[in-house]
Order: sequence, then structure tokens, then C-alpha cells
Amino acid sequence: MKKNFSLTDFLCKFYVYILLFVMYAPILLLIAFSFTNTKIIGNWDGFSMHLYRTLFRDKEIMQAFYNTFLVAISSAVVSTILGTLGAIGIFYSKKRTKAIMEGIGNIPVMNAEIVTALSLTILFVFFGVQFNFITLLVGHVVLTIPFVVLSVRPKLMQMDPNIYEAALDLGATPAKALRSIVLPEIMPGVFSGFILSVTLSLDDYIITAFTRDTAFQTLSTYVYGVTSKKGTLPPSLRALTTVITLIALVILIIVNVNSKEKKSDEKI
Amino acid sequence: MKEKVIIELKNVSKHFGQTYAVEDFSLRVKKGEFVTFLGPSGCGKTTTLRMIAGFELPTGGEILLNGEDIAQLPPYERPVNTVFQKYALFPHMDVYDNIAFGLKLKKIEDGGKMRHLTKEEIDKKVKNALKIVDLEDYDYRDISTLSGGQQQRIAIARAIVNEPEILLLDEPLGALDLKMRKDMQLELKAMHKKLGITFIYVTHDQEEALTLSDTVVVMKDGMIQQVGSPEDIYNEPNNAFVANFIGESNIYSGTYKGDMKVRFINHTFDCVDEFPKNEKVDIVIRPEDVHIKENEEGMAKGKIVSKIFKGIHYEYILMVGRNELVVVDTRSFDVGKTYMFDIEPDGIHIMKKELTANIYNDAYIDKQNRVVISETPFPCDITALVQGSSLDDEGYVVGPDGTKYDFTDADVVATIGLDAIEILDDDESGIVRGEIVSIIYKGDHYQLTIRTPEDEDFVLDTEYTYDENDLVGLNVKPEDIKLKLKGEAKQYAKK
Repeated sequence: MKKNFSLTDFLCKFYVYILLFVMYAPILLLIAFSFTNTKIIGNWDGFSMHLYRTLFRDKEIMQAFYNTFLVAISSAVVSTILGTLGAIGIFYSKKRTKAIMEGIGNIPVMNAEIVTALSLTILFVFFGVQFNFITLLVGHVVLTIPFVVLSVRPKLMQMDPNIYEAALDLGATPAKALRSIVLPEIMPGVFSGFILSVTLSLDDYIITAFTRDTAFQTLSTYVYGVTSKKGTLPPSLRALTTVITLIALVILIIVNVNSKEKKSDEKI
Repeated sequence: MKEKVIIELKNVSKHFGQTYAVEDFSLRVKKGEFVTFLGPSGCGKTTTLRMIAGFELPTGGEILLNGEDIAQLPPYERPVNTVFQKYALFPHMDVYDNIAFGLKLKKIEDGGKMRHLTKEEIDKKVKNALKIVDLEDYDYRDISTLSGGQQQRIAIARAIVNEPEILLLDEPLGALDLKMRKDMQLELKAMHKKLGITFIYVTHDQEEALTLSDTVVVMKDGMIQQVGSPEDIYNEPNNAFVANFIGESNIYSGTYKGDMKVRFINHTFDCVDEFPKNEKVDIVIRPEDVHIKENEEGMAKGKIVSKIFKGIHYEYILMVGRNELVVVDTRSFDVGKTYMFDIEPDGIHIMKKELTANIYNDAYIDKQNRVVISETPFPCDITALVQGSSLDDEGYVVGPDGTKYDFTDADVVATIGLDAIEILDDDESGIVRGEIVSIIYKGDHYQLTIRTPEDEDFVLDTEYTYDENDLVGLNVKPEDIKLKLKGEAKQYAKK
């Protein structure tokens, strides 16, 4: 066997490691320092779970934590339903309508979030709507719907477009054909659309800040609020970040395992 | 006893805005018949099938199933089932569930009450359907593990298990390889006999249509060209299109000389049809109706320029003057030699000539004195509208008596001869561009139909070869566009 150590090979790998290091170093640093009780990052004061204790005792943070997930899950459910139906509708539209709808559907994705947020605020004010949970929900649905459409669309395109007609032909009503034939085919896309919506909604600040009732705190508005008031990061937020990273990691693992199982199923 | 008509289409048409996919389609199908819609792609055959299935609603006409109009019923309320071109099996279900899908939704009458089928009933029917398509042990196989041919059988089983009154098949063998297709053709034919269900089959493969059908419906541009048994369609084509589409044929332009004589390729032949004397006609001759003579005298002579061995017979091309004649014969003749030949009188099929010029009825004149055909302005000789006239400096037509005419927006009929249109390989350099949609070989030249993006057709004769779907440019000399005013020239006189 010939062993050939090439410089290009080494540089390529080196580059990847550097890249990964730059990406993950801040997160790892934060996680590491969530297990010690110091004010300033850099001073290691021995291993301690103190920050976690304060975190879970902090009613304000816990409320924000709960609110964030409440908004994320409920807006994701609404967007997934509406977005999936929308994607199916667009897919079965006539050529011209389809092209127009796809174009329009992409604008919010490209558009600056601040524009969406401002327009929503103006719209609510214009109609004299009080800012409350519903306005916040609407804001997040508007934010995430295009992404659901975008993740369902490729699944529809992979699907044999005739299976819907085949179901009708065999006696299924349109609703039944959609439920028992089309939906199972595009489920992976629907699922990833849902996950995408949850994550987008979780860390959203701009739309949340504009469309919420001011008493309603999510994690992003809370963090922004405390940092802008005190100027420094409260140490317990380090623990909070770790928890969120952990949750993201768990979701990622579930999604990956899920799709791998699907693939190996197909191969048998 | 009169045979029962199961489905009747009455003047059915399907328009999409300005264009139409199917126009004035009328057909009666008898119970148990095997009917095939045959035609090139885009001829409306699939659209017609989809209207019977209920996926498209006709914009005009009636579809009568057992005498009742079903034209506006949704597909799930029609007792017809479809076998799709790409099978359209449900990938997330196994074979059994695919076939049982329709049965599980079905309701039957039982003692005056409607009920779903029981598990046992469904099981029995599914097993039976699998037996019919010869895939008995495949019930719990995954769809993705089946070959194309097996998927096709499952698709057929899924449709026939519902015992439809009519089975619709949309090019069901299109995705299979040649050998498999031949086998499936025989099986379909056998299945049709055994089940007694009416089959309506769509294909662009003329051989498939002739092999399978009791009745063939040849379509072109959304219109029926001919309906008949495979023998009728082959032996007595209605027009040059049908003759060209079904089987090999020689097609020529000729003149009917009267007294059962017709002249083409510079010879006069006996024939069995009668036409008005001196009428221009199209002539179709099947290659097997020409007999090459070895030594004796014949009606005409031609030189063999090509000889191809085809297994059972040879295929020859004879040059008769400037015309090619395709002949098949089991005997071997020499290339380069000249032979006499005969054409059987009843092998000469004479048809009314379809087209002698392009006529555009809704042309008009624009401000620059051009004639607008299909949204495209063509330079033309506008002085031809008034005899003895000329153009003045301002572009008005001045008659011999000094009257000025302004023909802007005047409606005219424009006529362009088939040989007056010049065809250009570069589609950008002509006055108008279009796609070649049909090519018919007429012995010494081709007759091309070129369709513009605005859906207007230009028919022209050329000796050069082109391919279907080629994009080409067209040029017409101003003096070759014949104009005729609708109405009187007086209306356009300037005061």
C-alpha cells in the first residue's frame, strides 16, 4: 500500500477543523462556563451547578421560557397546516397561477424581517387591534409559513402527480384522497417544515418585539431587555443557553434518526 | 338484436381560452367493445379520455353513460376506472392495500340498505384480481420492489377489481420495453375477452392500435379524422393524414382524369374510385400493392435506388421520374436496374385534396400597408386591392381615377400558395417563426405544417428534409400574398 501524505490533503482537513472550531468555540465556551459560578467569563471558579439552580428558580426566565415554546409550538402548528395546504394548492394550480404564487411566496423569505414586522404593526394599528397573544401568533405564522411551503414543495414534486387523480378515480372524495394518499407521501416535508417553523420562531426577536403585548416576554425579548438595562449578561443566561443548545441537539438527533430509518426502510 | 351503446359522446369539446384541445367529438361505444384513440401527441386523445374519467370537464357537449349525462359528475361518482400511463400506484401502501383501496370506499346495496364490503368480500375480490393479472403471491410486496411490468399489472388489477363499466387506459404500455409491451398487448387482449368490460385505450402507437382494437378512432388537432375497424382504417384511409399515420404509404398529388383513370407521377393509372373530372386529388398507395415485373410489360417503370432486407421481405425505393415509390416484395431484385411495375387498381386510394393554398380569413391591413396574419405584419402589394392603382408619397393607394384609399384596419382574406413560402433554418431571420408540427412525404417533396406561437398554421411544400418540432423561420415575397378585400373598396375611399 502506498501511503501518500500530501500537503493539499492536510490543508483541506485543517481548513475544515478551523472552520468548525470558529463555529463551535463560542458555544462550547459558554457551555463550559455555565458550570462555574463567576461573574466574568475567563475566571474558572470550580465546578458548580449554581447557575442552573438560579436559572430554574428565576420565575421571570421560566415564564419567558414557557412563553417562547408556547408561541413556537402553536405558531408552528398553524403554519404547518396552512403552509401544507397552500403548497398542495399551488402544486395543483394551473401553470400561470403556480408561477405567480411561487414568486409571491418567496418574497417574505427574501424580505428583511424588519419590514415584515413594521408592516404587521402598521396593519394591526390601522385596524385598531390590541397587541396580544393572537397578534404575536399571527406575526410568527407570517414569518414561518413560506418556509413550510418551501419544505413541502420538493416532496410534492417528487411525488407522482397522478396519484391524487388515481384516488379520485377509485372513488375517494377530494378530502379523503388528500388525507390518505397525498399527505402520507409528503409527510417528511411537512415534518421538516414544522421543525423549521419551531426553530425560526424560537429565536425570533424582531417580529416578537413588534407584535407582542409588552407584558409578554419571550426569551429573546427578555435577554435583550436585561442586557440593554444592565449592560452585562446575567450569569444564569449561560445556563439557559446550554439548555437551549441541548434541546436543539435532541431535536436534531430525532430528525436525523427518523430520516435514516425511513431510508433503510425503503431499501429492503 | 341491436348491440347496446354503453357510452356516447355528443359534440364534446374542450376549450382552453382561445385554443381548443378537443373539438366537436362525437362517438358511440358499444358494450364490451375495445376502442382505441390513436393520434400524435397533442391531438386531444388523452384530454378526451380524461373527460370520460372526469378529470377534465368538457366546455361543450354531452357524455352519456347508459343514456345519462355524466359530463359534469366528479370522477369519484363515475363507474369508470383508469389505468394511468405511469401507473400512479400509491407508494406508501403494499400491493394488497393498493388494490383494496377502491373496494374499501365502495358501498353496495344489501337488502335495501347501503353498506361497506366486509373484509372477507374484499379479500376474495383482491385475490381474484391478482389471479387475473398473474401475480398471485404478491399481496404483501412493497410497490417499490416490483418491476415496471409488475407495477403495470397491479395498476390494472387495482382498476378492474372495482368492476367498472368502462376501463380507461392511458398509454398504459408506454413505459415498458418493446418485448414486454408485445407480451402485455396479448395479455390485455385476452383480459378484455375474459372480463367483457368495455376498454377505451389511448395510444400514439399505430401498430398497438391495430393489434388490440375492435374500433380505432384516429385523431388530429382535437378532431376525429376517421373511425373504423383496423382493416378499414388501414385499407381505406379517409385522408392523407390517416394514410401517413397508419402504416407505410406512398402519398402523391394527382389529377382525376375521368373514366376511372387517375394521373400521378407522370403516368395514368386505372383506379376504382370516381371523382369529378380534372379534380386535384391526393393518392395513397401501400407498398405491398405495387408489383415489380421481372420481364413482362408493366404500367410504368422505375429504377431501384435502394434495397433493404427486412426479414420476410425486401423494401425497395424506386425512382419513377423524380418521384420515389416505396415497394415491398419477397423476391430479390437488383439495385441500379430499371424494372416495369404494376399498381393494382384497388390499391390506388384516391382522396379529396385537402389543401391547395393557405387561406387566412381574419387578416387585416396595418398603418404601414402591411397585411397582418396571426399577429405578424407581412409586407404585401397593397395596390392589388384596386385595379390599376399606385401608391402616393404618403402611402395612400391612388386609383386610376385619382381616388385616394386608406386601407388601415381593412379586413382582408390573404391567400398564400403552398410553394410561395420560403423556409429558413434560422428561425430568427424570417418574417414569422414557428415549429414544424407535421411532415407528409408526397413522392418528390414534403408537405410541412408550421405552427406559429400564436397557433396559426402555415402549410408549405419543400424538397428539403426537416424534422418534426424543428423551429424554422418563414419568408413570403410581397407579390406572393394574394389579397381580397372583405367588402367594397369604396368604403375606404378618402374624402
